[in-house]
Amino acid sequence: MSGQVGGPAVEPARDPGLQPERTRLAWRRTTLSATVVAVLAVKQAVHDGVTGVGLLGAALGALVWVGFLVVAHGRLRELDRARPLALSPRRAWLAVGCGVALAGFGVAVVW
Amino acid sequence: MSGLREGLRLWVAPKRVQEEGETPDYRFSLANERTFLAWVRTALALVGGGFAVDQFLPELRWGVRVSMALALLALGAMCALRAVNHWVRCERAMRRGEDLPVTRFPTVLSLVVGVVAVAMVVVVVFGWAG
Repeated sequence: MSGQVGGPAVEPARDPGLQPERTRLAWRRTTLSATVVAVLAVKQAVHDGVTGVGLLGAALGALVWVGFLVVAHGRLRELDRARPLALSPRRAWLAVGCGVALAGFGVAVVW
Repeated sequence: MSGLREGLRLWVAPKRVQEEGETPDYRFSLANERTFLAWVRTALALVGGGFAVDQFLPELRWGVRVSMALALLALGAMCALRAVNHWVRCERAMRRGEDLPVTRFPTVLSLVVGVVAVAMVVVVVFGWAG
């Protein structure tokens, strides 16, 4: 976690389109959306009073949210260089997996 | 048929995408990533809508409320899965120097969202009038 400095990729080239910056902001927006959905999910889980099952559901929702935060934060760190590498398929699948997990969670609660 | 098999192969072994063709300009990859993220946000909004229908419209009959919520949640999950699929296909097309894949998904999604919205209006108006 001590930041990957060094390497020839960190030359401070000027990017007139600010592409890495815009991509970082897109990840932040997506994190915010995920936060809203996670809050709704946790609220839903403890809707019918605080029971054991409800608390377990809320904890699972919070866990998915933390998972998304970790994925997004890792990508933000990768983007913190002049010529960032492309998004890896694994990370894309993890991010989407969090969204699908929240949807599945919703189906389980609503049903 | 080969298109389907190709698609499945991409789902099972997405790593292979990175070994094909040439690495495009990083700016194109980042633009593709932002489009992917925009679709993920759309998916999250649909999932959030599903939760919202269930939580904030308690006056509706159980069947209507649950089927609306389930429809939105399913649409959200589908949208998320399709987002990553489309991202992989675009990335591969860029690496191979091919045209980007075209898709009917935006049209289908708009139509479904429109139908759900109209249904919600009808149901809420009648639910509160009756």
